Amino acid sequence: MIPSSFTYKRAGSATEALDLIAEYGEDAKFLAGGHSLLPLMKLRLAAPEVIIDLGGLRDLSYVTDEGSYVAIGALTRHHDVENSELLGREVPLLAHAAGQVGDPQIRHRGTIGGSIAHADPASDLPAVLLALDATVVARGADGEREIAIGEFFQGLFETALEPDELLTEIRVPKPASGDGGSWSFQKFTQRAIDWAIVGCAVQDGHVALVNMGGTPLRATATEAALAGGASPADAAAHAAEGTSAADDIRATRAYREHLARVLVSRALTEASSRS
Amino acid sequence: MKVDLTVNGKDITADVEDRMLLVHFLRDVADLTATNVGCDTTSCGACTVLLDGESVKSCTVLAAQASGHDITTVEGLATNGEMHPVQRAFHQEHGLQCGFCTPGMVMAIVSLLKENPHPTEEQVRSGLEGNLCRCTGYHNIVRAALAAADAEVPA
Repeated sequence: MIPSSFTYKRAGSATEALDLIAEYGEDAKFLAGGHSLLPLMKLRLAAPEVIIDLGGLRDLSYVTDEGSYVAIGALTRHHDVENSELLGREVPLLAHAAGQVGDPQIRHRGTIGGSIAHADPASDLPAVLLALDATVVARGADGEREIAIGEFFQGLFETALEPDELLTEIRVPKPASGDGGSWSFQKFTQRAIDWAIVGCAVQDGHVALVNMGGTPLRATATEAALAGGASPADAAAHAAEGTSAADDIRATRAYREHLARVLVSRALTEASSRS
Repeated sequence: MKVDLTVNGKDITADVEDRMLLVHFLRDVADLTATNVGCDTTSCGACTVLLDGESVKSCTVLAAQASGHDITTVEGLATNGEMHPVQRAFHQEHGLQCGFCTPGMVMAIVSLLKENPHPTEEQVRSGLEGNLCRCTGYHNIVRAALAAADAEVPA
């Protein structure tokens, strides 16, 4: 399968990427690792006229300690998030979950920024960053702005990014306990490389769901039950409340709701063993 | 557009379509046909090659993205007619049946052993999650990876 024709442009810097997107407008798409966009282009589900390759922006690949939070460059690959000693120590939920994305070859190419800018509700890292209360930094012609992760995902493949903005950094607060806190990541897939049918990320009482609606979701009823002192099993019984999971070829909505309760129960039990 | 790749140590410059995939560049431009197109959907791993020393699925990389980078295919592993330790281990452990997945399996294992020279069996199996063998001959492939690690694969 071959994508339809497009013009390839390689950006040498973030400024050049913004200049190119200003020049080509909505006909253009940014390409990071290409492991979400290229498969869609090969299936002709996406057909941008211009591709702006960000792969050369090595200065947007980093993981740095900023005191209360860890800053991650948008072009940091899953492989580098997974193997970051800083994240392994301070935010083990994210390092662990990055190591569960796809397979080793995919993690050698796919990036954290590409994953969240693509905003597939079946992706792992959007829900993980939601559980972690991350902040996204976007750069446009008029400078930078911060977007709370809870406001970032607006619908299926839709984010709060403006068409001419570039996602540059993800800021992840360090769990206050200093040892990574109480966390767990669970997902159910048919094969390793598949998208999760349902997944779940837990960080210190925050519970976020993968693939239970058009965006990653917080399981608010479960969180309220936990805050009220419910046991993991009792809190997990509320996991599907307020969700709108799809009925599709992989699973029915009822099955996804069942999986959400099972995976949240497992995640809360594992997380409580880490507290 | 003009692309310039180093493939198995050799510099290859060519004028290609912007949309050309790396796997087609390797097979049709570089004339290196060991790298197979299997599923063509980033699933099966038959097209796995090394990009700057790390395993990638060449059906999901543009030749343009790889321009300026080093690519290694299975044809580039042997030195002076001597098989690479991973190739030798596949031979000795009978790590293939039909052979279609083999180039991708070998390249995935070369990359895995570079990152983790002495993996456990479980680490080999999870390291090969991105490679499918439709003969389902996984046991001998895993044995070959472990045998290659024991033979102390050079980095």
